[in-house]
Amino acid sequence: MQLNTRLGPYGGCFVPETLMGALEELESAYINILPETTFQTELSGYLTTYAGRETPLTLCRNMSRDFGCTVYLKREDLLHSGAHKLNNALGQGLLAKHMGKKRLIAETGAGQHGVATAIAGAVLGLEVDVFMGEVDIKRQSLNVARMNMMGARVIPVSSGTRTLKDAMNEALREWVARVNDTHYLIGTVAGPHPYPVLVRDLQRIIGDETKRQIMAAEGRLPDVIIACIGGGSNAIGMFHPFISDASVRMYGVEAGGEGLDKKHGASLCGGKPGILHGNFSYLLQDTFGQIIESHSISAGLDYPGVGPEHAMHKDSGRVTYAAITDTEAMEAFLYLSRTEGIVPALESSHAVAFARKIAPELGKNTIMIINLSGRGDKDVETVLRYMEDKK
Amino acid sequence: MNRLARVFENRTRELLMTFTVAGDPDYKTSLNIIRALETGGADIIELGLPFSDPVADGPVIQQADQRALNAGMNTDRFFSLVREFREQSDVPLVVLTYTNLILQRNIEKFYQDAADAGIDAVVVADLPYEEAGPYIKAAELAGISPVMMVSTTTSKKRLSNILKVKSGFIYLVAALGVTGVRQTTDMNARKMLVDIKSKTSIPVAPGFGISDREQIKEWGLAGADAVIVGSALVKKIEEYHLKPDVLIEQITGFVKDLKG
Repeated sequence: MQLNTRLGPYGGCFVPETLMGALEELESAYINILPETTFQTELSGYLTTYAGRETPLTLCRNMSRDFGCTVYLKREDLLHSGAHKLNNALGQGLLAKHMGKKRLIAETGAGQHGVATAIAGAVLGLEVDVFMGEVDIKRQSLNVARMNMMGARVIPVSSGTRTLKDAMNEALREWVARVNDTHYLIGTVAGPHPYPVLVRDLQRIIGDETKRQIMAAEGRLPDVIIACIGGGSNAIGMFHPFISDASVRMYGVEAGGEGLDKKHGASLCGGKPGILHGNFSYLLQDTFGQIIESHSISAGLDYPGVGPEHAMHKDSGRVTYAAITDTEAMEAFLYLSRTEGIVPALESSHAVAFARKIAPELGKNTIMIINLSGRGDKDVETVLRYMEDKK
Repeated sequence: MNRLARVFENRTRELLMTFTVAGDPDYKTSLNIIRALETGGADIIELGLPFSDPVADGPVIQQADQRALNAGMNTDRFFSLVREFREQSDVPLVVLTYTNLILQRNIEKFYQDAADAGIDAVVVADLPYEEAGPYIKAAELAGISPVMMVSTTTSKKRLSNILKVKSGFIYLVAALGVTGVRQTTDMNARKMLVDIKSKTSIPVAPGFGISDREQIKEWGLAGADAVIVGSALVKKIEEYHLKPDVLIEQITGFVKDLKG
């Protein structure tokens, strides 16, 4: 590798030997193709005229009144496809095309990244295979249908826990078998180097835009930024441009599931460092290092690992990490829908729930930004079922 | 000279290295299987220390890992199993596992425990040369041979670095993809074997997709020092694990056939 593969002590390249050539090739494209003006112009064209960037920064008057401070939402839910995942899928898809690859493979949990990859494949003319756990296929059937309609094949994964973790195992296995013509389009800031930095650079547009927008609206930086974290791509995208702005407090919100003492998906809050899917980061694991099944009501956060850059920010204390339970997220889903007429993804509802929790401690001059990473149409069935169960 | 180096030194034909997952289908049966492998004629025994997320392995070995873990296999019990086998045998033992299991035990302690139990070499399926430094150091300190993997996608530059490691042998990934039975031999892998043999005196052992006597013979003629058979053997265990008496007979017979 030409670059340092570590983020602090985390990250690295823990993959089967067969993949090292492909990772070197990808790193070389990351260094040489990605920053090129012609590439950036082409990508920017897709992001603006096709995907609908920039996304608005919405001042939420009702929530602001309710919270007693100024609340903005960064509206990634309004991006084509309904979530931030498309920023990365278009970027990597285009990069794969420039590298001469014919086919994209991807893993997906909630289906948002699968949908984003299907979109990128359709518009860029690349074949797409998406690996998805059988459990997730069941709880996100709408997204499965969307992927199929756009010409992507959804391959059910029946091994292990049949969720995101195993979909990623299966995608890695498939990549090992067909590394020559295939690009593995990882959907989050985890995986082996260079994925954590590549995906971060493709998602930082969220934070870059937010910074410009808040300066225009308020003439100053925000005090608090909140984002949800599964693998952590929307959060890193939002946080990264603000890391050196010491006055900005940042919170990453993990899936607390049924509670941190029960089943959850909070690897930073309830795990310890280890190696999974090519990188060294916080993981849910037993004392011997076997990976423990994660749990979250939201498929997109149901993952036992987290991106290495978050592990680094946790240790340094630059970002504070917290967990929100299934129930709290569900309540926040309904709260935002009712209060602002915005139906958030269950993933993003975790960030909203945390915002509600800390609001009473904030002064009225506080400016808070919540990254609304995706919209909740895909979750309506899950929420209906939950409300019926509660009756 | 350790047990592993000795069998390579004294070989008169290609050696047979068998792979099974330790603890599959359970501790006791697994111990009997390993003994049967030796009886059948395995020259080197490679044991998988099972991991919950084995990304380099195909469905057959994934399921074996799961059977073993469900039956309670873990790193402590793995070393007990090895010790129990080692009391009655001098056959060289190789461990194949994944990085996280070594890291969580503590790198130095893992290799020391492995050496104490009677293990000769350790292969790590998700640990390329670039990350292997501390693991190679700990292995050498404990008197264990590290084993590096090479595939047909390994660049010339990386190969020359990999060959600088004092490996017990080079594990040649003989087919792109995960472990599992395949009908044909990848000719690029054959070329890679010849290339490696011209550059080093370290023994080379192809594995992945090799399942019968014919393929073993071909690899032997091409210059392989040992040939690794895994999934085909693990499939036998899967097939017969509910019939323990037949199982052992089947294993011994299969290994005899592989030896020819």
